Amino acid sequence: MTEFNLIQIAIAILFLPLVGFTFVLFLGKKIKKAYLFELFIITITFLLTVVLLYSKLTWFADKNIMREFTWISFQNLAFFGNINIDLGMLLDNLSVIMMFTVALISMLVHIFSVEYMRGDKRYNRYFAYLGIFTFSMSGIVLTHNILMMYIFWELVGLSSYLLIGFWYEKKSASDAGKKAFLVNRIGDIGMFSGIMMLFNTYHTFTFDKIFAQMSTGVLPFHSEFWLTITGILIFMGAVGKSAQFPLHVWLPDAMEGPTPVSALIHAATMVAAGVYLVCRVFPILTGDALTVIAIIGALSAFIPATIALTQNDIKKVLAYSTVSQLGYMIMALGVGAYKFAFFHLITHAFFKACLFLGSGSVIHAMHHEQDIRQMGGLRKKLPLTYITFLIATLALSGIPLTSGFLSKDGVLQGTLAYANLTGRWIFPVVGFLVAMLTAFYMFRLVILTFHGEPRNKEKFDHAHESPFVMAMPLVVLSALSIFFWYTPNPINADAGWFLGKWIKTPTIVVPQHARYAFMRNDVTPENNSAVKIVEPETKEITFSESYTEAMHHAHIPAMILSLCVAGLGILFAFLFYFWKKISADKLAEDVAPFYRLSLNKWYFDEIYDATFVSFTMGLSRALSWFDGTIVDGIVNGAASVTKLASTISGKFDTYVVDGLVNFMAYFSGFIGLILRRFQTGKVQTYVVLVVFSLVIILFLFKSF
Amino acid sequence: MIHVGLNHFLVVSSILFSLGLFGIVTRKNAVMVLMGIELVLNSANINFIAFAKYGNFGLQGQMMALFVIVLAAAEAAIALAIVLNIYKTFSTVNVDEIDTLKD
Repeated sequence: MTEFNLIQIAIAILFLPLVGFTFVLFLGKKIKKAYLFELFIITITFLLTVVLLYSKLTWFADKNIMREFTWISFQNLAFFGNINIDLGMLLDNLSVIMMFTVALISMLVHIFSVEYMRGDKRYNRYFAYLGIFTFSMSGIVLTHNILMMYIFWELVGLSSYLLIGFWYEKKSASDAGKKAFLVNRIGDIGMFSGIMMLFNTYHTFTFDKIFAQMSTGVLPFHSEFWLTITGILIFMGAVGKSAQFPLHVWLPDAMEGPTPVSALIHAATMVAAGVYLVCRVFPILTGDALTVIAIIGALSAFIPATIALTQNDIKKVLAYSTVSQLGYMIMALGVGAYKFAFFHLITHAFFKACLFLGSGSVIHAMHHEQDIRQMGGLRKKLPLTYITFLIATLALSGIPLTSGFLSKDGVLQGTLAYANLTGRWIFPVVGFLVAMLTAFYMFRLVILTFHGEPRNKEKFDHAHESPFVMAMPLVVLSALSIFFWYTPNPINADAGWFLGKWIKTPTIVVPQHARYAFMRNDVTPENNSAVKIVEPETKEITFSESYTEAMHHAHIPAMILSLCVAGLGILFAFLFYFWKKISADKLAEDVAPFYRLSLNKWYFDEIYDATFVSFTMGLSRALSWFDGTIVDGIVNGAASVTKLASTISGKFDTYVVDGLVNFMAYFSGFIGLILRRFQTGKVQTYVVLVVFSLVIILFLFKSF
Repeated sequence: MIHVGLNHFLVVSSILFSLGLFGIVTRKNAVMVLMGIELVLNSANINFIAFAKYGNFGLQGQMMALFVIVLAAAEAAIALAIVLNIYKTFSTVNVDEIDTLKD
């Protein structure tokens, strides 16, 4: 297996889903079984991904494989000089692991959908859309430059739009699709501006070349301030796509799409693309940009977590939980815990996909009932779904022996270390609070759905366990939520191969004094040799000695604390909903304002409606009025003036010009009338006239 | 006995010319008009000869007069032929009635 083989495999992985999409979209109406082709394609893609993952991590674990070709080449362009736009692929550990996650979940969702979507009138088209989504997501993951990433970024937005609005006959679904698309545009404008600023400075889109130039001190507009701005602008793309505060409002609405789609796109992969983007551009983020990212992440983790507490729609709870967990990852990136952010991205993808597919199974069994107040006691009817859902819930709550425990612990450890080094204690506080809230609302969901007495007897009686094709993905995903896939030691993720060998924090290329203090290199050129001797092999140094030290010290407290808060959250959930020791309704009445705030999602939609939406509508109305009255008025006025001028000109033509011509004719006629008298036809008259004229002429010229 | 000079000839010539012109303009008959033309030609002949006699031209005047007489004979022949044709066409030789030239 050579490097070139890997690139070939990656190209096949990228384009196979596109083939599937094209085939199924165009032939889906004619061939009833076209979806089987898409299924076949995605299975092949997944198998290739396994080969790619295995080969890359076994033989090329420390090497970034890159191939590129020049797409567009401009020579001697005005203002820019020579511009070459390269397209290419980058296979590093980050991209192959992400690719594996995408392909696996995509395949499982395909299989799950075969049963879940059965009987839908646009059955084949649904699979075609899944195909184009897989294609676009692979593009984002595998590309080596930010332009291609942006192209696929928009393609992913398109497939998300198509799938959210898949049941477009429902107004809420088509509205949700539009909302997702429009809200994403806001973020993408920022991302595009950021890309343009990078291009303007470096004349290339390729990550490696940008990093290389920046490490030599080339900055946008020669200032660190603008570098910060660039970073934040690019991060705006992630804010939109990963549904971060304040653009998180589209994700809960996106639950109008089919549930497997929610699992694939709006929980596991697409929304993680934002986090992936920040991971990719991590080396160019300055300390200030990272602070902004951490704050956004913290807000996005906290606000949706409080909203999830009171939601009654099973998918809405999971949607807010997704936003909250994405906020976690973003916050982790913001505090510099790069490895754990990516780790949490992967583990979260698996258990959240499992949760969503599990909820899909429940919804399917309950005949499209999504309200958890109508459920209860489903444990007996859906044993397999219950077990897998519970495992994923444990993982999300951060209970030991699960993957979620490891990654969430890592994120909290990162915030603790960060607080230790910078004194910003708000981040760990938010982190642990959210961990508790997460455990609480997830167990509330589990207890209300699966435990207790069935609250809707009729639907309960009709409920049935899902068939094999729906249960199998659940089992696979819940199995991937267990720790041993990532590390042999269930309490220390660093010991495992995932973080120990595969995922490394990239070298920061931002100028030293624009970084966080702890990210500055301890190794200054003067005492270079002296420090380097310290354990060069045995210990991985991330950023700096002090940071690695702080991370190390934060490990045990973070673990104990996270365990405590998770336990506390679960305990409260049981007190409220299982043992009913405390009445949830009574508490809701006691803190009514907070309850209403949470139930109404902090009134974000209402606030946006009242401000941005109504402002835009007002502006549009004003512009429409301007268009209808002023612009049309000018056009109509111009027409009237022209008409008037034409009338005048016509009159002038008829009376003056024609009059002159006619007058000339009449005048000539008149002269003729007079002169015809002299032409008698009689020779003698002429002779008289000649003589007479001669005489006159002789008299006239007499004097000469 | 008065001395006959150039002026006398010219006066005679002028009277002859005027009479000829008068005949051309006033006569109705085309033949009479032709006779008027002959008078005008002869007044010109008188002028030629008078100038030849009193001027320093040698015999050129007399030669020209002879030439005009020959010409007048030819002209009379042709003009009479025309008059005959006119008569054939209009059954009259009254020039007042022959006014198709104005159309």
